[in-house]
Amino acid sequence: MKTVLPFIAVVILVLLPLFGVTVAHQTQIFFGVVVPYTAVAVFVFGFIYRILQWGKSPVPFCIPTTCGQQKSLPWIKQDKLENPVTTMQVVGRMLLEVLVFRSLFRNMKTEMKEGKAVYGSEKLLWLAGLAFHWSFLFIFVRHYRFFVQDVPTAIQLMEGMDSFFQIGAPLFYMTDAVILGAVTFLLVRRVYLPQIRYISLAADFFPLFLILAIAISGILMRYFFKTHIVAVKQLAIGLVSLNPTIPEGIGAIFYVHLFLICVLLMYFPFSKLMHMGGVFLSPTRNMANDSRIVRYINPWNYPVHVHTYEEYEDDFREKMKKAGLPVEKE
Amino acid sequence: MAKLPKPEELLQINYNPPPTEDWMDRPVELKQGNFCWGAKGKNLAAVEFPNARDWTPVEADWKLPKDWEGTVLEAMADRLSKYRSFKVFMDICVRCGACADKCHFFIGGGDPKNMPVLRAELMRSVYRKYFTTAGKYLGKLAGARELDLNVLKEWWYYFYQCTECRRCSVFCPYGIDTAEITLMAREFTNLLGLNTDWISGPVANCYMKGNHLGLEPHAIMNSIEGMIDDIETITGIRINPSFNRKGAEILFVTPSGDLFADPGTFTAMGYMMLFHELGIDYTWSTYASEGGNFGFFTSNEMAKRLNAKIYAEAKRLGVKYIIGGECGHMWRVLNQYMDTWNGPADFMEVPKSPITGTVFDNAASTKMIHVTEFTADLIKNNKIKLDPSRNDDLVITYHDSCNTARGMGLLEEPRYIINSVCNKFHEMPDNTIRERTFCCGSGTGLNASENMEIRMRGGYPRANAVKFVRDKHGVNMLANICAIDRATLSASMDYWVPGVRVTGVHELVANALIMTGEKERETNLRGEPLPGKGGNE
Ligand code: HEM
Ligand code: SF4
Ligand code: SF4
Repeated sequence: MKTVLPFIAVVILVLLPLFGVTVAHQTQIFFGVVVPYTAVAVFVFGFIYRILQWGKSPVPFCIPTTCGQQKSLPWIKQDKLENPVTTMQVVGRMLLEVLVFRSLFRNMKTEMKEGKAVYGSEKLLWLAGLAFHWSFLFIFVRHYRFFVQDVPTAIQLMEGMDSFFQIGAPLFYMTDAVILGAVTFLLVRRVYLPQIRYISLAADFFPLFLILAIAISGILMRYFFKTHIVAVKQLAIGLVSLNPTIPEGIGAIFYVHLFLICVLLMYFPFSKLMHMGGVFLSPTRNMANDSRIVRYINPWNYPVHVHTYEEYEDDFREKMKKAGLPVEKE
Repeated sequence: MAKLPKPEELLQINYNPPPTEDWMDRPVELKQGNFCWGAKGKNLAAVEFPNARDWTPVEADWKLPKDWEGTVLEAMADRLSKYRSFKVFMDICVRCGACADKCHFFIGGGDPKNMPVLRAELMRSVYRKYFTTAGKYLGKLAGARELDLNVLKEWWYYFYQCTECRRCSVFCPYGIDTAEITLMAREFTNLLGLNTDWISGPVANCYMKGNHLGLEPHAIMNSIEGMIDDIETITGIRINPSFNRKGAEILFVTPSGDLFADPGTFTAMGYMMLFHELGIDYTWSTYASEGGNFGFFTSNEMAKRLNAKIYAEAKRLGVKYIIGGECGHMWRVLNQYMDTWNGPADFMEVPKSPITGTVFDNAASTKMIHVTEFTADLIKNNKIKLDPSRNDDLVITYHDSCNTARGMGLLEEPRYIINSVCNKFHEMPDNTIRERTFCCGSGTGLNASENMEIRMRGGYPRANAVKFVRDKHGVNMLANICAIDRATLSASMDYWVPGVRVTGVHELVANALIMTGEKERETNLRGEPLPGKGGNE
């Protein structure tokens, strides 16, 4: 169920624009203009809304998870990145998390072997995770070339790197293969690893199928059913310059690709994909372990009922006196 | 009480959950030996907790208050608005599974709901139902489910099987800390009177009498008196600590477990011998006679109420700063919560060692330092005379407490001390120490006796690593800086790695410490012949 339904959902999402634009030509305006604008709006406002919602809840305590030596005596070496005390050190820690998935790199696999638990190296998830995210980012940035007349040098450079091997025409992008491979790996592991399968929800399969479909439709378009690039560029530039046009001669496959991306954008703010924003707000990672050095303030700290020393002495005065303890009241 | 199976039987573990099962369809089963007895009404009433009554987890009727679902959901909404950690952690888990096999209860038991991610999903599923649109309308398909009695029982069972050790948080790419979720679950269950006897008893004791064990002022003094006698027998030196003394420079606070039972008492003797030798001006308090905080295992408010005594007493006595003893969760609370709850401690001064003159800027605000920070500084400055060979019968390894490792980062100080006072020290494998250390298996108030099976399961990964160094290096002593460890690791060593004993770091210090005017020592603090003395060579 949790695997099949998301798959069916993505298939329907592919078929919608496919039939739409082939059967009824006019729907091109819907898929080419209305949906993209809506998607971007939903994404931008949704994303901001979610961040504000999280931000509304305060962080009452200073709770970093420390993963290295604290700052204490001057001759003991502090682990600045794993147990930061200054803002710069926290930034360093966060950069490692966001750019190279530092914590995921620690991953190990526990197994029972010869009657005892052993912990083996397990870097595949980290590797696939990095490969997927970085190729996604690369591809995303590369798309910038569709939105401007003159492609900036930086983007050209990226493209040069990406098609380093100079295979095929059009030149083959390495990131295309990487993202396909990585997402497939992530999917396969969800189905085959018993633990991961057990914890997975439909909401874990859906984005993977969706992203896979986006990648496949993009690849089909580039290498197999060549689309009319000039027309696509016209549409893209029209969209960003708020002067949308629907040029002739764009294949249906393009509308499939575009529509899936729009679905991803609209789905993003309301799903686990918000980990993109959440990772920056995680108090166990983005706080300095300095709560003994400067007092951390809880905005909702309130007075509580305590058992005071005076009450304690009242309870035990005679016993205290007998034991020779000083008392406040005789 | 359920009989504890043999170690080989416990180790029949399968880490692979059933391939076709949906975890939501598996009803909770309260297995004997895996949970604690219910709280007594009088202990809940003592601290003004709601729904105070005696209750029994195995009975079908939990005597819940009317509209308990409403109470929980209201509290959930409230905590979501107060704790960003809770809110963000409800939303961003991608179920990558990196944390799944990192929890000691899962490693030692294989129950899939002890995978940290699934433990959190027990709560998330309810969150989705009542606080997200997708969950409300799509229900199970969106991973959402209604809060009912079965869910509540499942929460109670599994959130009192999490020791808030934060190991999962180290491995999670977003730092999702299941302990934060457990803290919330414990808040909710406490609103319904669903505490355990082993937690609520110490909480009530600590509130009324100043410490978990309920030791009254004269009992504390008696216990320490007994230790002083032992110290005199061993060293020929009579020491004379003071209690509730105004005007002392330092207030010393340690978990009450150190005053009560072996081997914790040896650690307490260690502190006193060291302080006596240094001649520092310190006092014990019978009012603030607990460093630990079982309130932290019930609710934030209760934790604050218990913790308040430490600063209040420091203020009343007019001390300059506070030294805290060897304890784990105590230090998570002191490092990350105390000042925020009950500060500012501006009536004290930044701690400065009267012996070395070192100023502890790292405690500039809380004015409270860890005794191993204090002692490491002494040793580094050559201020005490040590004879490590007195510990030569011991081959030592060191267990990092979860809280001092992952909620503080106190890693090198105790190691430096151990290496200065002992000659034979071996680390356990890297995967099992420092920030990756394994819980003793019995933290957060799980150290009762009726739940011995889950304790031994949770203690297995730690014991397994100890066994490795025992077999490889002949390790026979497990050092640590936690009162709960001293009690619980003793039990799990006896069960999993017989022959390995447990010690606090300051017991080792005191054994090696050459005191001014001491007689030729024949025995260690445990009354056993020193190496080279008596019949054990
Ligand atoms: C700051 C940016 C981001 C960071 C630091 C980040 C980090 C991570 C990490 C560490 C994981 C777990 C490992 C893995 O499964 O790969 C993950 C999973 C995932 N991320 Fe991201 N991510 C970011 C942005 C995004 C974006 C923009 C998307 C896509 C639209 C995305 C999609 C996913 C998906 C689908 C998964 C789940 C993979 C699975 O099911 O196994 N992430 N992310
Ligand atoms: S490691 Fe973090 S994101 Fe991955 S399943 Fe565990 S809690 Fe979720
Ligand atoms: S905090 Fe510790 S006990 Fe709790 S789920 Fe995480 S690893 Fe397990």
